[in-house]
Amino acid sequence: MAEYAVILVHTTSHAVYAERVLKHAGLAARLVPTPRHLSSDCGSAVRIPADQRAAAAEALSAAGVEFDRIELL
Amino acid sequence: MNYLDNAATSWPKPDSMAEAMLRYLRDVGASPGRSAHRLSIQAERLRLEAREAVAELVGLRDPLRVVFTHNGTAAINLALFGLLEPGAHVVATGMEHNAVMRPLRALERRGVSISLAACRPDGTMEPAAVAECLRPHTRLVVMNHASNVCGTVLPVRQVGALAHARGIPLLVDAAQTAGCWPIDMHADNIDLLAFTGHKAMLGPTGAGGLVLREDFDISRLPALVHGGTGSRSEHEFQPEFLPDKYEAGTPNAVGLAGLAAGVRYVLERGVDKLRAHEQSLTQRLIDGLRSIRGVHVRGTHDAARQTAVVSFTMDGKSPAEIGLALDEQFEIMCRPGLHCAPRAHLTMGTSPAGTVRLSPGPFTTLADIEQAISAIASLAAAEAHG
Repeated sequence: MAEYAVILVHTTSHAVYAERVLKHAGLAARLVPTPRHLSSDCGSAVRIPADQRAAAAEALSAAGVEFDRIELL
Repeated sequence: MNYLDNAATSWPKPDSMAEAMLRYLRDVGASPGRSAHRLSIQAERLRLEAREAVAELVGLRDPLRVVFTHNGTAAINLALFGLLEPGAHVVATGMEHNAVMRPLRALERRGVSISLAACRPDGTMEPAAVAECLRPHTRLVVMNHASNVCGTVLPVRQVGALAHARGIPLLVDAAQTAGCWPIDMHADNIDLLAFTGHKAMLGPTGAGGLVLREDFDISRLPALVHGGTGSRSEHEFQPEFLPDKYEAGTPNAVGLAGLAAGVRYVLERGVDKLRAHEQSLTQRLIDGLRSIRGVHVRGTHDAARQTAVVSFTMDGKSPAEIGLALDEQFEIMCRPGLHCAPRAHLTMGTSPAGTVRLSPGPFTTLADIEQAISAIASLAAAEAHG
């Protein structure tokens, strides 16, 4: 089982906002450079513990934060 | 020194605003949205704080619906040039600033037709005046929230309701109200709100924006400026998602750091409290000026119906002469002339000479107002005896 997952977002604005929302929800979110093998976008993604994926998706949806997808690292 | 030109640019600013800008310049410095290093991310966090503060100020939940431009004029141009195609009809009012009138006149040359809803000489307008202008091909209603000449507040909520009943969106130029008058884009039926940061929002010059209500479909509004956003860099077409769609080019990061602090100051003090202070100063200013023989105050004379903007004329002296005398003899800073709003002055009957405009701000005191009244009384007395 992977230790971490990353939430891929459109742009750094979304990444920073998503991180804020997730931390507010008590999740261990951290901004990281977007892994190249997952996206050709420049910029940042939000890393979370793999077991917090469902909670993260729920928190982002509840706050209306758009994200592309969540991938295991 | 008595600075009564807050309707142009507010001053002084809260110390926290200048400190936030200094902190950005000294400790952050990087571009938000580009690169993924810690300083760039810190800059992005500051930009998000600015979006969050503005969203809170205007009653929006989603901060990414706040897009930044250089000023209110750029935001108005983005909305007008995006929404109005040749053949479209638009309704504005008889109290507009040139930030609205000039883009509309440019669009008129491209085949957009314009109707101006009639306003009274005191700047007030009945919502029915807008209803009378609506046509089957009306695509937008655009109006200022409050006049930059006489402060009169227009009935945006009622106008928004009647526009929405026909499926027409409402764009509001909130240059004179954002930060000093309560705004809730949902309750006030505002779809698009253009703001500028350097007036009542207490930020620096060079940072304004457009707020797009959550239910406004952004596919209806094309980008006006295209370029790098730091996202989707492999594509040569502008991204379609917010906020990048409307934010091409490196942003005014230091200005946004200041804007965040300015708006936060307003939110912490409370718009209602700041408004109460300004309303009481404004009423005293109106009453004091009206008691001077030869001085004519424009607008409604009722501070409850206007922002802290008071325009007057004086028998026998031009606005430019009064402005110079107030500055040179009394160190009072005002703004004489047409205030970039020839349409409003036509409506008020003060064109082409214009008026003298005094605009207190959150840091203006009652003593400042009394000094201004005394100074103007002495100028009027000199004119009467001279």
